[in-house]
Amino acid sequence: MPDLKLIDISVAHLEPVSLDVKAGELVCISGESGSGKSLLLRAIADIIPHEGQALLDGQSSLSMNGPKWRSQVALLPAESQWWDDSVASHFVNSNQEYLTDLGLSEEAMTWQVSRCSTGEKQRLAILRLLNRTPICLLLDEPTGSLDPQNTERVEALITKLCKEQKLPVIWVSHSNEQIQRIADRQFKMQNGRLVEHEQ
Amino acid sequence: MNNSVIPLSTIDLSLAAGLVVVLAVLTWYLRLGMSQRLVVAGIRTVVQLLLLGIILKYLFESSHPLLIGLITLVMLAVAGREVMARQQRPFIGLWGYGLGTISMFISSFTITLFSLNLVVNPEPWYLPQYSIPLLGMMLGNTMTGVALTLDNLTNQAWQQRAIIEQRLMLGDDWHTAIKDISRQSLRTGLIPIVNAMAAAGIISIPGMMTGQVLAGSSPFDAAKYQILIMFMITAGTGFAAVIASWLGAKRLFDERHRLRLERLKPKAIN
Repeated sequence: MPDLKLIDISVAHLEPVSLDVKAGELVCISGESGSGKSLLLRAIADIIPHEGQALLDGQSSLSMNGPKWRSQVALLPAESQWWDDSVASHFVNSNQEYLTDLGLSEEAMTWQVSRCSTGEKQRLAILRLLNRTPICLLLDEPTGSLDPQNTERVEALITKLCKEQKLPVIWVSHSNEQIQRIADRQFKMQNGRLVEHEQ
Repeated sequence: MNNSVIPLSTIDLSLAAGLVVVLAVLTWYLRLGMSQRLVVAGIRTVVQLLLLGIILKYLFESSHPLLIGLITLVMLAVAGREVMARQQRPFIGLWGYGLGTISMFISSFTITLFSLNLVVNPEPWYLPQYSIPLLGMMLGNTMTGVALTLDNLTNQAWQQRAIIEQRLMLGDDWHTAIKDISRQSLRTGLIPIVNAMAAAGIISIPGMMTGQVLAGSSPFDAAKYQILIMFMITAGTGFAAVIASWLGAKRLFDERHRLRLERLKPKAIN
């Protein structure tokens, strides 16, 4: 089972973070804007230089190349980016089994990116991430621009995948209600330190 | 065919210089903030070309291979500096200078050697009357192509940071993550030379052909030389741009395939 283990991960002003996220466990992180939540996720995904190391299933990120690590430990940024006109060209295979789970139309793969709403783009970005079949998820405010109904859909899908496929998940959220609904454990980023909060 | 060139006197050149002075006054009047640069550039043209004339005269008389080698290295060094100066965000450190210089060196020198030994065949092959002007034209054009390519590459990478990182987050390698930007920067670098080839002879009579005709060569021979030069320049610019774009793109990432924009100098504020 893939556990995510962080050993003294530190970057910029963040104090070293050590944390174990078990397979099938969903950990929420909250904290003020600019407190370093996204920075921590970026360090775990090895998008930026950092101290310390991350291990997945006992294997250090340094034991494999960057792309291999990031295809397993997938980071969803708060704001999704699109580099081509059509939605379909951002997907590596045509198997979109979670399309309806996310409340997207069957035709979504024929859409142009420029015609998608912010909420549609956010759900398509989640779909795109899952399309690469990662085994650990780092989600930076995945429901930030979604209405309650779609927020519920994303929460249901991610918690289902987390439990059924035993994925370790770190979810950054600003909503206490959401954290109460989905988190197995919750942490808060305060003054550059990650502090555990009792449920 | 009349083989003598009408020599230009100092007065002839002063008349032409007068035109640039008029332009400088006009730009001052229009407040373009360019008059000083225009005058300095004009003075540089006079000094540099006269010096070049003196050096080439000496070089053609001596034809010493070491001296020719030295001159070509100086030309390369200056071209490398120019490539760096034309970029808004060059790489920090030696890379800023080295990247363009290496690309131009590999491409321009190889193509010039190829042309001298397999096409033109002067005796000896490094005969300065051929090697120096050929290399000069190669470097002059390659320089523009490489500068445009690198400038576009680094600027686009800076602006599209979020997109590149998004692709890296999805598990793409550096090459895939910057593929579109690399292609676009290469296109930008190649456009001037492709346009020049398409326009040659119809919209413009290229400089070298003009020079040869003025010096009394047959227009047909001059045209053939110009064709050779155009092809050499195109190939040279193309290869140099490909090398520069690849090396530049690679340098934007580290061994963990992370985008490292801090390797670029911040844009200077004008």
